[in-house]
Amino acid sequence: MQLTDLTMLELARKLASGEVSSVEATRASLERIARVDPQVRAFLRVDAEGALAAAEASDARRKAGTPASALDGVPVGLKDLFLTEGVETTAGSRVLEGFVPPFDATVVRLLKEAGLPLLGKLNLDEFAMGSSNESSAYFPTHNPWDLTRTPGGSSGGSAAAVAAREVFGALGTDTGGSIRQPAAFTNTVGLKPTYGRVSRYGVIAYASSLDQPGPMTRTVGDAAALLQLLARHDPLDSTSAAVETPDYSAGLEEGVRGLRLGVPREYFAEGMDSEVEASVRAALREYERLGATLVDVSLPHTRHALATYYLIAPAEASSNLARYDGIRYGLRAKDARGLKELYSQTRERGFGPEAKRRIMLGTYALSAGYYDAYYLRAQKVRTLIREDFLRVFRDVDALLTPASPVPPFKLGEKVDDPLSMYLMDVYTLPCNLAGVPGLSVPCGFTKAGLPVGLQVLGRPFEEALLLRVARAFEREHDYSRRFAPLPAQGA
Amino acid sequence: MALTLEQVRHVATLARLALTPEEEQRFATQLSAVLDAVAQLQSVDVETVEPTSHATLAASLLREDVARPSLPPEKSLANAPAKVGTSFAVPKIIE
Repeated sequence: MQLTDLTMLELARKLASGEVSSVEATRASLERIARVDPQVRAFLRVDAEGALAAAEASDARRKAGTPASALDGVPVGLKDLFLTEGVETTAGSRVLEGFVPPFDATVVRLLKEAGLPLLGKLNLDEFAMGSSNESSAYFPTHNPWDLTRTPGGSSGGSAAAVAAREVFGALGTDTGGSIRQPAAFTNTVGLKPTYGRVSRYGVIAYASSLDQPGPMTRTVGDAAALLQLLARHDPLDSTSAAVETPDYSAGLEEGVRGLRLGVPREYFAEGMDSEVEASVRAALREYERLGATLVDVSLPHTRHALATYYLIAPAEASSNLARYDGIRYGLRAKDARGLKELYSQTRERGFGPEAKRRIMLGTYALSAGYYDAYYLRAQKVRTLIREDFLRVFRDVDALLTPASPVPPFKLGEKVDDPLSMYLMDVYTLPCNLAGVPGLSVPCGFTKAGLPVGLQVLGRPFEEALLLRVARAFEREHDYSRRFAPLPAQGA
Repeated sequence: MALTLEQVRHVATLARLALTPEEEQRFATQLSAVLDAVAQLQSVDVETVEPTSHATLAASLLREDVARPSLPPEKSLANAPAKVGTSFAVPKIIE
């Protein structure tokens, strides 16, 4: 048993008892990163100095009997979409290469105040646009379970680092499945909270009405503990919800007896991998055995979710990414003649193909003459999608679905076909359009040993119930105790 | 729906992207395919449906309208590609 094999809560107990110090845990993470990250490539940047300084301060607090939080001293990683004061933040894009933020994102500040050493910045698809980590301008991250495959995206670096035990937990962001799909691909737990539950202040924006930060961990209990530190109202984010934060760990072990769990038929459609389907269906039977009532439900507008998403998200992206113009920070094209050329050449050189594709699509959907037909219509269909969810939640407590229609695919397999890549999010993105919370919990492996994830969707602000439903399944299995075989031999 | 090269160039101008001729060709094909895929929304009856104008599911709070310190100029300018004194420098815009 190595220190890095511990869950966040196990490590926290050892820190509390004095059996292990935060400096020891942080060093163990840094050594693990040095050993396995050349294969996994989850990190864009490791901040050893900052993490060790935070660990020393944590140990001093523990010694004085004044820990800052339950997770004081537990080292974690951050998707490189969160602004970190003094530590380069790129969003996986060339346009922000060398950008050193002058302030922390609210969630980064909260983690620092809670005493968690921050190990560094994790790889992602450029501006969180992608489902495989291959649109990162720097390099693709590899799936710890099979290095020839993608860890998913866009929070693929976060998921891979957690699965490879390089970090004890991580933060990701989820706009259309970017926490849950990589969690499903790496045998980890990923939670997208209700829109507004966790502050977006200082999180580089992709699609502002869909983006939501959340925890990525190895167990459900860890996700609850990490969410506990993040979920609070933030006056600096005007969409932050003024809703009280419950104790997310309190009801975790209460089980599912008596709960009504919906199985939306639209999520078991053609095109799903047969092993994924078998694994998820086995999980459904297990929930029945555990005392839940399964209810066949319908979310009829699900079939329009992908089209709706791929109008709304690019429209918001084209607006959000307008700020990268070479004037105030980031890349500036040299030798441009005049201001307009400076803008257009900076953006041409700074953005990769996927970012450009979405900027183009969004600009088109918002342009004169097309706004009503595309953007406005999509916003109306979005209303119907949201109403579908709110209607079924009057009858059932939560929904159970696959997190991804397929197991992790090969790196390079889909890069040249944007539409087939967009289909990877078909089960995760309706949740973002509706704004409701969702999580992915490990639900088994294919014959080839690739992870499968079960998605649990719930009512607004009922993250505690989602965690409880996921925990009821997790404790029946040893999946969270199965470790990716790293470092891989001969790789 | 097929996007013409001319339309692609117009959108690129609006988006301030100096696309290469190869990119113009590629985006014409790829964006046409995406627009074909999203055309299905035209069949949804949305006659009486309100658009989702905001994404929040709970009341949000307005912050007290009190002045608070902003970033000091040296921090705001720390990442500037070019600066003059306490300003961002840009190419000449008036000939």
